[in-house]
Order: sequence, then structure tokens, then C-alpha cells
Amino acid sequence: MRSLIAEDYVTPEGEFVINMGPQHPSTHGVLHLKLWLNGETVNKVEPHLGYIHRSIEKMSENLSYRNFIFATSRMDYLAAHINNEACALTVEKGLGIEAPPRAKYVRTIISELTRLSSHQLWWGCTGLDLGAVTPFFYAFREREAIMEIMEETCGARLTQNYMVPGGLMVDIHPNFQKRVKEVLTLIKKNFNEYDEILTGNVIFENRTKEVGYLSKEDAISYGVTGPTARASGVSCDIRKWFPYSAYDQVQFNEILDTGGDCYARYMVRMHEMRESVSIIEQLIDNIPEGDYQTKTKAVLKLPKGEFYQRVETPRGELGVYIVSDGAASPYRIKYRSPGFSNLSALPVMAKGGKIGDLVAIMATIDLVIPDIDR
Amino acid sequence: MTHEELKNTLTAILPSSSFDETGEFLTVIVPSEDLLPFMTELRSNTGLDFDYLFCLTCIDWKDHLMMVYHLMSKTHKHALVIKAKLTNREDPQIETVCHIWRTAEFHEREVFDLFGVKFINHPDLRRIFLDDDWDGFPLRKDYVDENMIEI
Repeated sequence: MRSLIAEDYVTPEGEFVINMGPQHPSTHGVLHLKLWLNGETVNKVEPHLGYIHRSIEKMSENLSYRNFIFATSRMDYLAAHINNEACALTVEKGLGIEAPPRAKYVRTIISELTRLSSHQLWWGCTGLDLGAVTPFFYAFREREAIMEIMEETCGARLTQNYMVPGGLMVDIHPNFQKRVKEVLTLIKKNFNEYDEILTGNVIFENRTKEVGYLSKEDAISYGVTGPTARASGVSCDIRKWFPYSAYDQVQFNEILDTGGDCYARYMVRMHEMRESVSIIEQLIDNIPEGDYQTKTKAVLKLPKGEFYQRVETPRGELGVYIVSDGAASPYRIKYRSPGFSNLSALPVMAKGGKIGDLVAIMATIDLVIPDIDR
Repeated sequence: MTHEELKNTLTAILPSSSFDETGEFLTVIVPSEDLLPFMTELRSNTGLDFDYLFCLTCIDWKDHLMMVYHLMSKTHKHALVIKAKLTNREDPQIETVCHIWRTAEFHEREVFDLFGVKFINHPDLRRIFLDDDWDGFPLRKDYVDENMIEI
């Protein structure tokens, strides 16, 4: 047992030391926060990690370049496709090949669908964390429709595997385009409901406005990325900075806000969902005909060297760093996961706030614990 | 800055550094004892302004450990990889950079946890993922565990 769990005590300064988690509904998984409290004011937060650490990096050192990708669906399980895409792109970079245009377009569409479904789950959970139960059901209505497309495309609903080095595992389902358009119509119709039920709600605004402030300087210094950083005015959208797949073919805006508080983070994600819809609309009717996969050898061997690829997941910048010694499995692989760096800024955001604010902050950072622990 | 300009500026800062241009990013290899002043200069020099440490990790090359720092400048939009070789596997030590980039605090704890590199002057150097009483450093190549299976 970890000795630190039993340490419930009062410090000489009169602060109460309380453990929040690892089993707590608002930590969205097994995250353990140690809080130093003065009444209800949070003086200090210390995250304790590792409850779901599986050492995917060590496992990958013994897996082939085709197989290690599947483990990454278990990291950020809300963005399994995007994790797979990051790995596939890194291996392609090492092999010096490119996916055919059809695969690039489908990858982009699937990634944006993933982003939509992830943001919808986040929206529902944020409502739930702050005391509103109804958003959760609204969010799952649209998310379910996206999950059905995923199921039809790759056979899985959660730990999806579809993107492989060279392109896609199989071609898209004949119904794909039709069903994606149906889902987009549904989502666009229901966006107004999202705003009606949560965005303009006075209780919700009071819980999130001017809560959990993160300055631009802190965001960069802590390596915070994704919507969390963009809400503090940091331009960091990898899709804009270093376009991959078909992101150079589409027009979209990088959503920036300068509020830096929970409400700004909320608004950035809400706008991002609309941008995702717009990206998919631009691509869905223009998927080029042709191969869905480039021909690759049965056993992939990367040349000696180092390969780094970053992609934009719903939570921020995911970096895949492969060091190859020329063998059929990676010599060293490192995942720079967005959640890990975003969490490291939590103590700054939570300091001086109330316990209730801490819940709002955790909700708007959008923590996914397996992504942090890996 | 282009690779050439970066190389000239960096050589002026630290003449003992060497370069490697085989990868996607310009890589500079510095002696581990010169790391901290070199990194401080990278952050404070307005022409370089590396304000974003996007990846920090370590590689075990069996006879030595290699620290790898991926840096980027948000203003100048250039990137750089810094490597520092740690030859003492029994007691690898290097200065912390977490006073320059706060994100390094968590990342260095991870490297300490999985590779056993000690970061001098780190404010809170503890294991981050594994139990405090864990034996050994799992991401090292010579790590063995009773539960490991040969495949």
C-alpha cells in the first residue's frame, strides 16, 4: 500500500489535508489529488498518478511496428483514432511513404468525428460535474449516432483501430458518407439545445466565470496545449501549425480566447465542435477515389534514426517519438501525452479557489486518466 | 532562424557543442555539466526565445543514458533538440531545467521514475507512476522483473 493514502492530518498551520480520489466521481477516473485546505479554500494541490499506469512505452519496445499502434487506443480512449493516426504517421515518416489521398481524407473525417464525440462527452460530463444532469443525456444522444458510424466503419465503439501504417485498415463502408451527413444534420440542429440548456445558464456561468485562471505565460511554461491553452490565448493548434493528413485542404479557424478561466475553456470547445462540423462538411463529398492503403512490406523495419510526429487530439498536442535502431520493433518510444502536461498546471489554476472550483477546473481541463498515466 | 543561423548562434554560446542534422529537427549535443547555463541562455536570448519545452525524455543506449529535450519557440517558430549524454549508469545526475520550463517538473519526475536519472535541485523528486518502494527502473534495457515473460 502507498503510505501517503493514510495521511489525513492537520498541518501546524491549521490546514486540513484531504485526499480527493482515487475514487471520486469528478476526477473522471483514478486520479488522486491531495488537497491542503483552509476551510474550503484550496491552498495547495498535489496530483498523485500511476493508478492506471501500464507502461505502454515499455510494452511497445517488444511489439512490431504494426502491433504497437493498437495499444495506443487504450491511452486516450476518447480519441483512439487520433492516437492511431499519430503512430501511423510516425511510422510512415520513418518508412518515407505517404498514405494515398483517399486515406488522408477519411483519416481527417474520422479524426474530426472523434473530436466531436469526445467534446460531446466532455460537455455532458462538465454539466454533470457542475450539478446539471440533463446535458449528459443530450450529449449521449449525438455521441451514440457517431459511435454507430465508428462501429460500422471499424467494428468497435470504444477502443477503435482503423488507421494503420500506409493508410486505412479497410475501405469505408458504402453507407459512410450518407450516415455522416445524417449525423451532421442532427448535430447542427441540436447545437442550439446545448446553448439553451448550459451555456447561458446563470448557475453555470457563476460556477465557471473567473474561476481557475491560467495566464498565457503559465500555459506555455507548463506545456499546456489544446483547448485549455487556446482559452488562455496561446496559439497551439497543430492542425494549423503543422498540417497533417488533409488539414491543408480545408478552411477552418483556430479558436482562441483570452479569458483563461473555466468559461473560456468551455466556450473554446463549444466553438471547436462547430469548426469540426465545418471541416467534415468540406471533405465528405470530396473523398477521392483510389486505394485506401499504400503497399507496404509484411514486416516493417524503420531505418536507424529518430522520428517525431505531433497531432492535435481533443485534449491537445500528442507527440509520438520513435527511436529506431533498424530492428523490427521500436528501440524506444515516447508518448508526449497532452493530459500529462495539462494536469501539471492544475495546482496553479486551483490555488486560492474553493473545492467546488477545483471540480469545475478538472472538468474544463478535460482529463482522461489513462492518457496521463499511459 | 534557419538551421545554419541556429548553428552559428549556438556555437557562439557553447563552442563545445556538436550538431547532428540527420533527423527532422536540428540536434545539438552538449556536455551534461554545461546543460543548465546553455538552457538558460536558450530561454533568455531574445533571438532564440525557446519558450516551449514540448517533450523531455531519456533513452537507454546500454552503455550510457541520453537525455533528450525537444524545444520550440512560439515567437520565432523554430525547433531544436538538445541531447546530453550521461555516462555514469550507476548514479546518473544532471541539473534540473524545471525553473526555466515548469512543465519539466512532471517530465523529470517521470524520467527519474522510469530511468533513475537524478535531477539536481529538482524541488520534488519522487516517483510519479510507480510505488515509492519499487525496485529498479523499468524503462532501462537491463531491467528484469520476476513477472516478465520472454516472447
